[in-house]
Amino acid sequence: MLKDITLGQYYQTDSVLHRLDPRVKLAGTFLYILSLFIVADARGYVVAFVFLALCVGLSQVPLRFIFRGMRSIYFLLALTITFNLFLTPGEEIWRFHFLAITREGARTASLMGIRLIFLITGSSLMTFTTTPNQLTDGLERLLRPLRLFHVPVHEIAMMMSIALRFIPILMEETDKIMKAQIARGADFESGSIMQRARALVPLLVPLFISAFRRANDLALAMEARCYHGGEGRTKMKPLKYAGRDLGAYGILAGYLLCCIVLGRWIG
Amino acid sequence: MSIRLEHVSYIYDADTEMAHAALEDVDLEIADGSFIGLIGHTGSGKSTLIQHLNGLLTPTAGRVLVDGEDIAGKKYDRRALRAHVGLVFQYPEHQLFEETCLADVCFGPKNLRLSQTEAEERARRALQQVGLDEQYYKASPFELSGGQKRRVAIAGVLAMDPRVLILDEPTAGLDPSGRAEILTLIAGLHREMGITVILVSHSMEDVADYCGRLIVMNHGRVAWDGTPAEVFRHYQALEEIGLAAPEVTYIMRELAAAGIPVDSEATKLDEAVNSILKLWRKGC
Repeated sequence: MLKDITLGQYYQTDSVLHRLDPRVKLAGTFLYILSLFIVADARGYVVAFVFLALCVGLSQVPLRFIFRGMRSIYFLLALTITFNLFLTPGEEIWRFHFLAITREGARTASLMGIRLIFLITGSSLMTFTTTPNQLTDGLERLLRPLRLFHVPVHEIAMMMSIALRFIPILMEETDKIMKAQIARGADFESGSIMQRARALVPLLVPLFISAFRRANDLALAMEARCYHGGEGRTKMKPLKYAGRDLGAYGILAGYLLCCIVLGRWIG
Repeated sequence: MSIRLEHVSYIYDADTEMAHAALEDVDLEIADGSFIGLIGHTGSGKSTLIQHLNGLLTPTAGRVLVDGEDIAGKKYDRRALRAHVGLVFQYPEHQLFEETCLADVCFGPKNLRLSQTEAEERARRALQQVGLDEQYYKASPFELSGGQKRRVAIAGVLAMDPRVLILDEPTAGLDPSGRAEILTLIAGLHREMGITVILVSHSMEDVADYCGRLIVMNHGRVAWDGTPAEVFRHYQALEEIGLAAPEVTYIMRELAAAGIPVDSEATKLDEAVNSILKLWRKGC
């Protein structure tokens, strides 16, 4: 029932991209998204496409997985393209009653569509090649300077990894409680919106209770192992940059430079 | 009501790379009024099997027939079926949600569209059957002890007035006295009300003591199906698939192997005791 929802869609394999330090991948994803907003013409998008294609190739993640991730944005994509296509003022090239497509509209719509697709592919490539734990580790390390402003960086990262860890467990729990209540004649699928909302009570109450129980158990287990927050805490696997990480930073810098040059001076 | 499974197979995550069969070509006939033990180690397909019996899962291939009717049929009333085939999941107390025990037990009957009075009547009867003291009827289910909570949860299914009761590990996580109480309760329901019982268990002692028929699952297939004595005769093969026979079976086998003419097929403690006592009296 709920198994169709995938979050933190890690794809297990051993590629260069998988072995990269999560900080590089976080920075890389951020810079790539930035680059998509710098470039503004077809040439720029060709560069962005080539870079993305190279990364996808290096990651060894099968293409159909990448396209599957795209499914979630079909609606957004259609909406963006439609609005840009019909609502951009300019030189008219096609008209049907009140619907008009302009040259500028067609151009913006296609570029926006491509930008959105690249954006989603780029960021899902990061989640495909990085486990949730690595991601939070990388984020914690990258955000460390914020501690100067008394931001509890470690605690936030810890909460994130716990939340991610518990998603599949709670998902399974939901499935179980749902089945147990269906076995008692509950009906989650028919009736008016009000009836359906009310039908969720027998599902949500046990689910919340179970989440609290698990949180309680986890807190106890952490306390029993002397967890006391980030103060003075060391890592079992500290993040360390290797040669390939520095190389990756170099490539990223080169790519970004290329985009800036294309977007600002030549265009 | 009789339940028949014809060549039932079930595949999880069909059409993906993660596809794996949980049931393969299962043929079973569950006769009215029987007390059946379903055993198998974790992942053998027991839980998948029982979810087919009340239509929570639909077979990938094959048919489930209840009183001769295919329950996957478009016109089949699966909600009515769920009232006749009650399913108590593992740790059923985790499904409690109402403010009082009585209201929680009423949930099932109310889903059958019974009136408030009728539902309450059924709930009271079910709570009486599971032996919960009347002072707790108006208490919050979350204030009760683990064993009491489980009784309330079982009552929640009993209040639907099922003809077949399926229980998945009903004694898991209970202390020995709690286990005995729950099992005695189930045996009583079977004896007094003629309910067909299917008991999923890890404890060979429990199934040997209460069940007239054992079904052993392994890798999604029925490995053995027969009386406890017949099934536990294969104790060595059972060990190979991660199961075992009751302790007394081993003792009786050892005694027989040592040349003492006891009944080596005893699976219940009192059977073994009687067999040894008989021999001892004869010797005196």
